[in-house]
Amino acid sequence: MQTIDLQDTGLRSLNQMLHDQAETTNQTVWEIDNPKGAHAIACGLDAPIEVVVKGSTGYYCAGMNKEATVRIKGSAGPGVAENMMSGSVIIDGDASQYAGATGHGGLLVIKGNASSRCGISMKGIDIVVHGNIGHMSAFMAQSGNLVVCGDAGEALGDSLYEARLFVRGSVKSLGADCVEKEMRPEHLEILRDLLERGECNAKAEEFRRYGSARKLYNFNIDNAY
Amino acid sequence: MKDDTNGIPRTVPIQSATFSNPVNAEIRRAAATGIYDIRGGGAKRKLPHFDDLLFLGASISRYPLEGYREKCETSVTLGTRFAKNPIQLDIPITIAGMSFGALSGPAKEALGRGATLAGTSTTTGDGGMTDEERGHSDKLVYQYLPSRYGMNPDDLRRADAIEIVVGQGAKPGGGGMLLGQKISDRVAEMRNLPKGIDQRSACRHPDWTGPDDLEIKILELREITGWRVPIYIKVGGARPYFDTTLAVKAGADVVVLDGMQGGTAATQDVFIEHVGQPIIACIREAVRALQDLGMHREVQLVVSGGIRTGADVAKAMAMGADAVAIGTAALIALGDNDPKWEAEYNALGTTAGAYDDWHEGNDPAGITTQDPDLMARLDPVEGGRRLNNYLKVMTLEAQTIARACGKNHLHNLEPEDLCAVTLEAAAMAKIPLAGTNWYPGCEKE
Ligand SMILES: Cc1cc2nc3c(=O)[nH]c(=O)nc-3n(C[C@H](O)[C@H](O)[C@H](O)COP(=O)(O)O)c2cc1C
Repeated sequence: MQTIDLQDTGLRSLNQMLHDQAETTNQTVWEIDNPKGAHAIACGLDAPIEVVVKGSTGYYCAGMNKEATVRIKGSAGPGVAENMMSGSVIIDGDASQYAGATGHGGLLVIKGNASSRCGISMKGIDIVVHGNIGHMSAFMAQSGNLVVCGDAGEALGDSLYEARLFVRGSVKSLGADCVEKEMRPEHLEILRDLLERGECNAKAEEFRRYGSARKLYNFNIDNAY
Repeated sequence: MKDDTNGIPRTVPIQSATFSNPVNAEIRRAAATGIYDIRGGGAKRKLPHFDDLLFLGASISRYPLEGYREKCETSVTLGTRFAKNPIQLDIPITIAGMSFGALSGPAKEALGRGATLAGTSTTTGDGGMTDEERGHSDKLVYQYLPSRYGMNPDDLRRADAIEIVVGQGAKPGGGGMLLGQKISDRVAEMRNLPKGIDQRSACRHPDWTGPDDLEIKILELREITGWRVPIYIKVGGARPYFDTTLAVKAGADVVVLDGMQGGTAATQDVFIEHVGQPIIACIREAVRALQDLGMHREVQLVVSGGIRTGADVAKAMAMGADAVAIGTAALIALGDNDPKWEAEYNALGTTAGAYDDWHEGNDPAGITTQDPDLMARLDPVEGGRRLNNYLKVMTLEAQTIARACGKNHLHNLEPEDLCAVTLEAAAMAKIPLAGTNWYPGCEKE
C-alpha cells in the first residue's frame, strides 16, 4: 500500500502519481492522509486502483473517475464524483451539493445524507444514498438510478428524462413532469442489486419508484411550465 | 388608389411603425400556435457595429508599410498565463463553438479542415466531440457546457484547450435547445437521451455557482489535464467589465466575449433580439477590466458576434482584442443561405439570406441538419477549402488595414487608429466621433 500525506506531498504531485498508474499497475492500493478538505483530490483517475482518503474532502473529489474505487472516510464537499464514468466512490459521511452531478456511469454510495441537487443531470450513474437528499435532486436527470433510503426534499426529479428514482421515505414534493410509477418486478430486481452493491440492507419492497411523465419531451403549450 | 373622392382629398393609409406588418404577423402566429418563435442566427435588428467605426490610416505623423512587401505579422498565442502548452495560431481568427447536433458531422469536419489549412483553431459545442472533428482539427478547443452532453475525461485530455461556456451573446442567461427533428440515433447516443425528443441544455452549470466555485472548477479541470492545456471562459456580452474581472480572478487563461449579434443554433427570437449588448459596447469594457488587473495581453481576449470581414477583425483588435471568433460567417462560407438553393428556400417559406430555421433540420445547404440526404450536399473537403479561402481573405484585409496604419503586427493596431461615424458607436466603443476629439460619455465630471 502507498501512503501519501497530502499536506506534505501537495495536490499536484498526488494527482499526478495517481494518474501515472497504468491499467496493469501493481500499486493498487493508495491511502491519502490529511486531506483536510482539499479540493479536487483524486480527480481524473483512470486505472483500477483503490484510493482511501482518510478524512473529509473539499469540492470535486474523484471528479470524472474512471475504473478506480475511491473511499472517503469522512464527508465530501460539493460535486463529489461529478461526471464519473465508471468505478465506484463510497463516502462514509455526508455529501454536499451536486453529488454525482452529470455522472455517466459507475456507482456512488453516500452512507450519510446528501445535500441539494444530488444526481443533477445524471447520465447513467447509479447513486445510493443511505440517508436523505436535499431539494432539486435528479434535476434533468437523463439516465441511471438514484436510490434514497431516507427522505427526498422539494422538487425531486424536476424536468426528468429517463433516470429511475427510488425513494423509501417521504418526498417533500415532485418537480415538473416527475410522477410516481408502478414498481414492477424488473424494478425490484434492479433495486435489490443496487442496494446490495450500495452496502445497504434496506428492503426493496419498502421503496417507491418515480420517473418522467414524458410530457415535456416535445414542446406542447398545454404542458409548459 | 385614388387620393381623392369627389374632389375631397383623403387620408392615405399609413402602416404603423409600432404595429408593423412583421409585428402583426408575429402576433397572429403567436395567437394561432401558443409558442414563441424559435430560430437560429443572431440579432437581425440594426445595431451599432464595426461598420460605424473607421480607420484613420497613415498621415505625415504616421507612415504606412508597403503592402505585400513589408511584414505584417498575424500570429497569436492563446493561453500563456498558466497552461504548459498555449495554443499558437497563425491567424487571429478562430472558429467558434458550434455543436455537433446543430451542425452535421460533415459540416464539423469541413470547419476542422478549413481551420487547419488556415492555421487556426476550431471549437466543439454542446453535444460533445466527434472523431471527425478531432481528426480534422489540428487545434481543437473542447467546450465545457452546462449540459455536459458527451463530456468525458478522455476527450478532455485530447483537447488542445478547454472552453468553459458561461454564456453566449445570442442568449446570455439562456440554455440551448435542439429540437426532436434533429435528434438522430448518433446525436441521441452522444447526449445520452432518447431519440426524437426536444433536448434542452441547462442555462446554468450543474455543479458550480458563482466565481468562487468557478475557481475550484478550473482547478479540477487543470488537475485532470495535468495543467497542460489553456482554459478559456466564454461569456455573453452582458456585464463585460465584471465578467472579465471575475473570469480572470477565477483563473482563466483566455476570456471569450460574445456580443449580442452572435449567432446561435436555436433560441427564442425574443432572447436573440432583446438580451445582451452589441459587441462594440463590450470590447473596451473587457479590455479595461484586463488593464485594471494588469492582465491585458497576459490573459488573452477573443471576441465574437457579427464578425464578417478583415475590417471587423482589425477593428476588434484595435480596440484591444487578441483574436476573434466567427460562427455565422464560417457557415456562410461553407454555403449556408446560398442563393443557389433559392427554390428550396422558397418552398420552406423563406428566401436565401433570411433562412434561420436551423433548428428544424431541413437546411437546403446541408449544414444545420442531421438528414442524411441533405447532409450529403456538403462536401467537407470542398467546404474546408472554401473556409480556408475566406479566412485568408479576411487576414489579408486585416493586414491591408494594419499596414495602412503603419503596423507590422495586427496586435499593434490601437484605439488611436480609429474614429467613429455615429455618436452611439463613439460612446459605446469609447472612440472619438469623427472630426472631433469628443469621446461621448467619457467627459470628466
Ligand atoms: C449553428 C450555431 C451553433 C452554435 N453552437 C454553440 C455551442 O454549442 N456553444 C457555444 O458556446 N456557442 C455556440 N454558438 C455560438 C458561437 O460559438 C459564437 O458565439 C457565435 O456564432 C459568434 O457570432 P457570429 O455567429 O456572429 O460569428 C453557435 C452558433 C451557431 C451559429
